[in-house]
Amino acid sequence: MNLNHVAKRLIQLVPTLFFVLVVIFVLVRLLPGDPTSAMLGDRATDADVARLNAQLGLDRSIPAQFLLFLQRIVQGDLGTSIHLKVPVMRLILERMPVTLALTGFAAILALLMAVPLAFAAAMRRGRAADTAIRGAFQVGLSMPIFYLGLVLLTVFAAGLRWFPVGGYGDDWADRAWHLFLPALTLALSLSAVLMRNLRASIIEVLGAEYVDFARSKGLAPRLVLGRHVLRNALISTVTLFGLSVGTLIGGAVITETVFAIPGAGRLMIDSIYGRDYPVVQGLTLAMAVLVSLVFLATDLMQAALDPRVKS
Amino acid sequence: MTAIGLAPARARRRPSAALVAGLVILGASLVLAIAPGLVAPYDPAAFDYRALLQPPSWAHPFGTDNFGRDILSRVIWAYRLDMQIALFTTLFPVVFGTAVGALVGYYGGIWEPIFGRIVDVVITFPFLVLVIAIVAVLGPGLFNMYIAVGAVGWVFYARLIAAEIKVQNRLDYAAAGRVMGYGDARIILRHLLPNTLSPVLVYWMTDMALSILLGASLGYLGLGAQPPAAEWGLLIADGKNFMSQAWWITIFPGIAIVLTGFGFSLLGDGVADLLRPDA
Amino acid sequence: MSQTVLSIRGLTATFPAGGGEAAAVAGVDLDLRAGEVLGLVGESGSGKSVTLRAVLGLVRPPGRVGGQVLWQGRDLRTLPEPALRRVRGGEIAMIFQEPMTALNPVLPIGLQIDESLRTHTDLGRRARRDRARELLDLVGIPAAARRLDDYPHQFSGGMRQRAMIAIALASEPKLLLADEPTTALDVTIQDQILTLLLQLRDRLGMSVILVTHDLGVVAQSCDRMAVMYAGRVVETGPVAAVFDRPRHAYTLGLLNSVPRGGGPRLPLRSIEGAPPPLTERPPGCAFAPRCAFATQRCRAERPVLQPVGPDAAVACFESDRVAAAKDAA
Repeated sequence: MNLNHVAKRLIQLVPTLFFVLVVIFVLVRLLPGDPTSAMLGDRATDADVARLNAQLGLDRSIPAQFLLFLQRIVQGDLGTSIHLKVPVMRLILERMPVTLALTGFAAILALLMAVPLAFAAAMRRGRAADTAIRGAFQVGLSMPIFYLGLVLLTVFAAGLRWFPVGGYGDDWADRAWHLFLPALTLALSLSAVLMRNLRASIIEVLGAEYVDFARSKGLAPRLVLGRHVLRNALISTVTLFGLSVGTLIGGAVITETVFAIPGAGRLMIDSIYGRDYPVVQGLTLAMAVLVSLVFLATDLMQAALDPRVKS
Repeated sequence: MTAIGLAPARARRRPSAALVAGLVILGASLVLAIAPGLVAPYDPAAFDYRALLQPPSWAHPFGTDNFGRDILSRVIWAYRLDMQIALFTTLFPVVFGTAVGALVGYYGGIWEPIFGRIVDVVITFPFLVLVIAIVAVLGPGLFNMYIAVGAVGWVFYARLIAAEIKVQNRLDYAAAGRVMGYGDARIILRHLLPNTLSPVLVYWMTDMALSILLGASLGYLGLGAQPPAAEWGLLIADGKNFMSQAWWITIFPGIAIVLTGFGFSLLGDGVADLLRPDA
Repeated sequence: MSQTVLSIRGLTATFPAGGGEAAAVAGVDLDLRAGEVLGLVGESGSGKSVTLRAVLGLVRPPGRVGGQVLWQGRDLRTLPEPALRRVRGGEIAMIFQEPMTALNPVLPIGLQIDESLRTHTDLGRRARRDRARELLDLVGIPAAARRLDDYPHQFSGGMRQRAMIAIALASEPKLLLADEPTTALDVTIQDQILTLLLQLRDRLGMSVILVTHDLGVVAQSCDRMAVMYAGRVVETGPVAAVFDRPRHAYTLGLLNSVPRGGGPRLPLRSIEGAPPPLTERPPGCAFAPRCAFATQRCRAERPVLQPVGPDAAVACFESDRVAAAKDAA
């Protein structure tokens, strides 16, 4: 894996992100009726409407509007929140880190749960433990995140008072305590998907002929597992994990709503209720960019792990 | 090893436990969806001020909510809406996605990179976020949710089908069809597509379960089904402020969701076992 | 006559299948002498590969193995696992049919050799690396030192097979189990690999069991041969003798079905019918339904492997008639 490869992948991102911008642009233009009035609500004066129109460039042709849109994006100007009256970019920079903390925490918990159990299930395939593990995770898969969140919130926070009932906290330790239940909620959901695919992957690897060959050399079982099985299973885990980031962010939106966490997800929902379209637009873009970066990172990690991937 | 000139064969298998269980659960769900009035003990919208927030009892097995409405009846009546959600959310994506995917997979050419680009863009958006954003623009409501998911969801089916069709198209039985002078449409519809059935069906089952979750999530957020409709997500949202005093308002609808999702997964697994071609 | 190093008696390997049990290996008796190359011949499904795996204890559950495998006097089937692991790789090694799937794709070849050396020898790191390079040289891979860090996909088909042989032989085993090592290769490479195996046999004083379905390979490289059918050995003997005068109808059929070039055109001969499915073997001789020499006794009673002559054995009641038939053909 070299700089060349990284650069190449980065460049490949550009057309995708361009079309992402097109989609977002089109999305907001789909607002039925007069977009400006819709954005400003019933109490807008004509002067307000005219001002917003000029600001958004809505008095020009569509292609010109798009160019203006692109130009502004490149400059980092994502517009201004209608309700909070601050630049959208600032809101994103305030709230995204919270969501990142939540999703990061959840990702770690999910891995800690999914990986060992996937191994356990794969190696005892067909036996009671396997069925039990798969059954438990299947329940997790079928459970809506908000439901799981509500249950955990009620039992452990409101009921047992082991954790706070929502909110974000002040310093690192406090935040970790506040984020634990929501991260656990997200993690339980994510790990269900991870576990299932990882288990299938491990079963495939366990049955591979190179495992037989390794055993025929008289290698200790721990070496066979640790070196031969793990490294190959890891490659599919990484891929899968990367692909799950979209689900993770979607889940974060719901979790932040249930646990009242001041992250980008909750901002999204609030903005939707409040018809604050510049914020919705800006957040969608930010999340798409985040996902792209994660895909890129996954790609690169895969290239690093798997010698068969050629630049 | 498949005989090269023949399409993949299928063994006659006994239906597995998963398939049977899945069919039972979904069969029951369908019955409840079609005729909730026959099973539900009360009118789901009937208020009863004398029985507010009652815990589960013989009179009200799932308890009552803050308006005195019977939770069991509401959960049963919600089957209609939620099963509808499962079907309507996935119908367009399945049909349209299969059509597009088959064409892209069969003809290839410049369509492949174009389609690839579309897939790239779609998967760059977190699915829920994209659906919510579209619903935000169109306005809350189930119909707009169907539109939102339809606009985006077909891509996943198309991707699956395109890959499968491409593989099947390389096999000799497809070439044999062409040599015999069969038109493309006939080859695709009668020969290739049936062999791609299995993964698509399994994916559809899983998708239906996920659609219920999506519908419920949007219902909970107020962006999907609107009150006073009976939908499990809405029912859960109804109870969220009463979790400590009246847990039953939230818990039971959730169980219904889990059970139904389980049913779809089992059915998907069962169908996969049944249709798996012999190696 | 050199001594017997491997003695297999009554080896069985059964797997659960569709409610019942399938015996992939239904009772194999074999003897192998020091320094000899024994060809284990049979068609797909005859149980030859499973036999090799059963010898090394590589049959995974839910498969079950029975019988006795005496290697240098010890019964491998009763050895405790750590002792068996010392035998694997150190005394008995195995190579597989398809090197692309048998070699771990994400580990360099050098490492795959090194781990065997670490397990079975006391060599230090530098010594192991030197030895690994020597091994690649030994199997005929050019630029050995550089190739140690390469991955399997960077080798061509024939080179991969050589690399697999190098890995298997790292700790100088005395017995090599070769499971169809040339089946996945083109004919020219096949020849090279077989020659290599024979050379290594001479240099390292190994014995070899070579599993194959190709009689040409047997003729070219084996000293003795054992023919398997439906999970059992039906005939054994020196290659030349068996080719010259087969004593089992199945062997006769196999030899007759090899197309002969050079003479007038003749129709291809095959053996009619197919081997019985693993779960439904007939009560008597498994080959009886397809055998031109079968008698009532053959259908009712299963023949056991009996010696015929100093060095050969056959499991057939009508072996004399079969032997005579070859003369007539």
